[in-house]
Amino acid sequence: MEIGMTHYLALSAFMFTTGVIGVLTRRNAIVIFMSIELMLNAVNLSLVTFSHYLNDVQGQMLVFFVMTVAAAEAAVGLAIVISMFRNKQTINIDEINILKY
Amino acid sequence: MNSLAYQIIFYLFAAIIVGSAALVVISKNIIHSAFGLLFTFFGVAAIYVYLNADFIAVTQIVVYVGGILVLLLFGVMLTNKITQADLKTETLNPVPGLLITLSVLAMLLYTFYFRAKWVTVPVDQQLRGTVVEPIGIATMTTYVLPFEIVSIVLMVALLGAAYIARADRKVQTKEGK
Repeated sequence: MEIGMTHYLALSAFMFTTGVIGVLTRRNAIVIFMSIELMLNAVNLSLVTFSHYLNDVQGQMLVFFVMTVAAAEAAVGLAIVISMFRNKQTINIDEINILKY
Repeated sequence: MNSLAYQIIFYLFAAIIVGSAALVVISKNIIHSAFGLLFTFFGVAAIYVYLNADFIAVTQIVVYVGGILVLLLFGVMLTNKITQADLKTETLNPVPGLLITLSVLAMLLYTFYFRAKWVTVPVDQQLRGTVVEPIGIATMTTYVLPFEIVSIVLMVALLGAAYIARADRKVQTKEGK
């Protein structure tokens, strides 16, 4: 018995679905950000898995770009959350509905 | 490389990842969620080491734990009134969300284990040893344009974040006053 490719992919699938559950069920904007980071990490994990099993560093290069975009997304998202909090005094996404007609 | 201890450590880290990821989603306290995310990031870094991605593992710790997690904690601290114990949050529609997501997970696992025919190279040709040198060469040759573009993206995003989150944004008029 060895640790095969599917083990890593299954771990990645578990992480990804956990992130999806967080995005679908939580109401706090910051927890939703954490769940998005979980999903990005899951995708990175599967990319690195394929990179290892295909003997190709291109997957790892893609992980770098994903990480950079994740950092940019976290920075901009947190800025938006702080700005929303300053205006509405809440980050509960059920109460932030001013874009809804 | 497939001894028993090797496998036990892998499954230990996998259990840490799954458990702390569940903690991130389940915990009512945002601080606990942030700590769950910390352990998840460290566990993923350990799995990267298993996959011969040493540089990615270090970058994971530096960028995610040192950067993004601290940023998220700043967000938690800035948007919660700590003194009023307002750190608890509620969930929304847990049962439909759980059903949809678990069915997606079941489909994914079924595909991974029974349907997909993964193309892999033989074991003796898989990545071995350090990959820092090939990554450096790829960054500076094939991927030099995306590398520069992504640096500009990051700079613009950080400038925009600093602008959006600025405290007092005075309305500027053309008269100057």
